[in-house]
Parts: sequence; C-alpha cells; structure tokens
Amino acid sequence: MGKVIVVTSGKGGVGKTTSTAALGAALAQRNEKVAVVDFDVGLRNLDLVMGAERRVVYDLVNVINGDAKLPQALIRDKRLDTLFLLPASQTRDKDALTEEGVERVIGELKKYFDWVICDSPAGIEKGATLAMRHADVAVVVTNPEVSSVRDSDRIIGMLDSKTLKAENGERMEKHLLLTRYDSNRAERGDMLKVDDVLEILSIPLLGIIPESMDVLKASNLGAPVTLADQRSAPAQAYFEAARRLAGEVVPVTIPGEKRGIFGKLFGRKAA
Amino acid sequence: MSILRLFTRSPRRSAPAARERLQVLLAHERASAGSDLTTILREEILAVIAKHVQLDADRVTVKVDRDENVSILEIDVEIPLDAARAA
Repeated sequence: MGKVIVVTSGKGGVGKTTSTAALGAALAQRNEKVAVVDFDVGLRNLDLVMGAERRVVYDLVNVINGDAKLPQALIRDKRLDTLFLLPASQTRDKDALTEEGVERVIGELKKYFDWVICDSPAGIEKGATLAMRHADVAVVVTNPEVSSVRDSDRIIGMLDSKTLKAENGERMEKHLLLTRYDSNRAERGDMLKVDDVLEILSIPLLGIIPESMDVLKASNLGAPVTLADQRSAPAQAYFEAARRLAGEVVPVTIPGEKRGIFGKLFGRKAA
Repeated sequence: MSILRLFTRSPRRSAPAARERLQVLLAHERASAGSDLTTILREEILAVIAKHVQLDADRVTVKVDRDENVSILEIDVEIPLDAARAA
C-alpha cells in the first residue's frame, strides 16, 4: 500500500503546487511510482506546472462520478515513466467532490502507487479538508512571513482534528517545508529565520527551499523544478526533502548561506 | 563599503517584531481552539434555554471579545413576547 501525502498550507500562493510537482518528480526519479492529485477543483493548476495541460481528457470529478475509470484519467508524465497526474476539473460546482468518492479514488490509487501526493487548494473549506482527510503524512508549506505562519498554524490544528487519522486517535505525521527562504534577509533580521518558524509551529523540518528565479523558469516551461534544472538550488533542496520523506536521514542545510557550511551541515537535525 | 555599512546599518529590524506578534496572536488563537468556541457555546446555551422557553434559534448571538487583559463573553437572547408571558 502506498503512502498518502497532503501538501497543504491554508494560505494561497506559498508554493503548494510547485512543491507537489517538485516532490512528485523527485520521488519518481528514485524509480518509485508516484501519482500527484490536484484537489483544487475549479482552479486547477497542477496540470500547467507539470506541462500536461493539453493532455487532460478526464479528471478527478469524472472518476468520482463514474464517467471515467481511474486509468483513463491518469496522465503519464512524458519525461518520467513512473510519474502520473490526476487533474482536477474546472467545474464551478462546489459539491463536485464527495467524501465517499474521494475515499474510493484514494483507496484505489494507494493500491497502484508508492506515493499519492494530494495538492490541496488554499483555504479551509471542503476542498482543503477533503485533500487532507485520508493523508498519512502532511507537508505544511510555509513562507517565512506572518500571514503564512498564522495560516499554517490553523491548518496544523485541522490536521490534528479533522483527518481520519486524528479521528481514529492516531498521530498525524506533519512536516514543515519552508519555501521562498532568503537567508540574506533572514541574516539581516528582515525575515523570520528557520528557527523562528520552527519554534512557533513546532513541527519537524522537511526542508528549506530558497527563493529562486529557477522556480518561475521551471513553471514557465511546464516542468517540475526537479526536472527542469536538477542542479539548481531549489531542485537540490527538493531532492533532499524527497529523500527525507522516503525515510532517509539527511542533514538540513540552509540554502545560500555562505559561512559555516560545515557547522550547518552537522549542526541541525533533520525531521 | 562593508565597513561603512557597519556604521550606517539600520538599527530597526523587523523579524523580531514579526516573531513576537505571531507568538502572542497564536497563543490566543490556540487557546480558543480555532473559532469554534462561540459555535459550541451558542448551541449549548440555546439548548438550555429552549428547555424552558420556546425561542427562535436565529435570535441568539454569542460573541467573544478579547482584550489584552480581559475577555468578554456576550450573550444576547431575544425571547418572543408570548413565550416570556407564559414563563
């Protein structure tokens, strides 16, 4: 049985879709079977970031309604054989996703894939709660900025109360993915530091993704950043985060920090 | 250049302020368990009063106002005239 991951944040625009695509492609490059699922019904974008927007025929809602079978809706990535996308639909119907439907689709995906990565919509409405409902692990994407940290705190509260795991009295595994981090600004005292965010949210760190032009370049081209430019700083950070998700112990480095590389390499414990 | 910057560096940094504001805010928000507290209170208060007087569920408002030092729980229940007479 595969592992179900929800990529969530509460706030919009912090990098959920970018991170879903990048982590998905990074895990698929380890030859593991990965399905990335877009839960943002009405405002789908994962297809665009993955460069598959012109290949969408059926979507998640079609599968839930029984208009299409799951294999018909899954789009295989052109670059990676083991990476698949299940797009969201563009319908404006808010009730298109049903609890039973999502449960059935996730259950089926778990049988065929090692990883099922659910890209949550922003907000705390039905779409977001359904995306996290069946997750085994949550990746909380946060920017080092007050409104993002506050919304992440709210989402962490929901992960601990509104998910199946929480309702069964189990502990929800949560990881922090700090994105758009600028170590120079943090060093200068103009941006929350990694430790500040970790102390406030108190969940383990999965990775630090540096603010970088490469992320926009990759989405312009329709490729996950871990495929577009594998040697770029954000790609390296996502590869490390993916290894940690897969259970490897990799020390967390702060990207872009010039001094004390060795100190940072060994001074910080990974999630 | 770098020596110059040592002396001209702006003394006010914004990150510590962000950190402090978040810590205060989140302590409050976590204590109230999201915003569900008022919903729970509203339902339970409504149930208790409804045992004795007939009332309209829409005419009950529960508000929690938080200040630095005190929190005020404000309950506003409108009881219909005939129900009040019967009681």
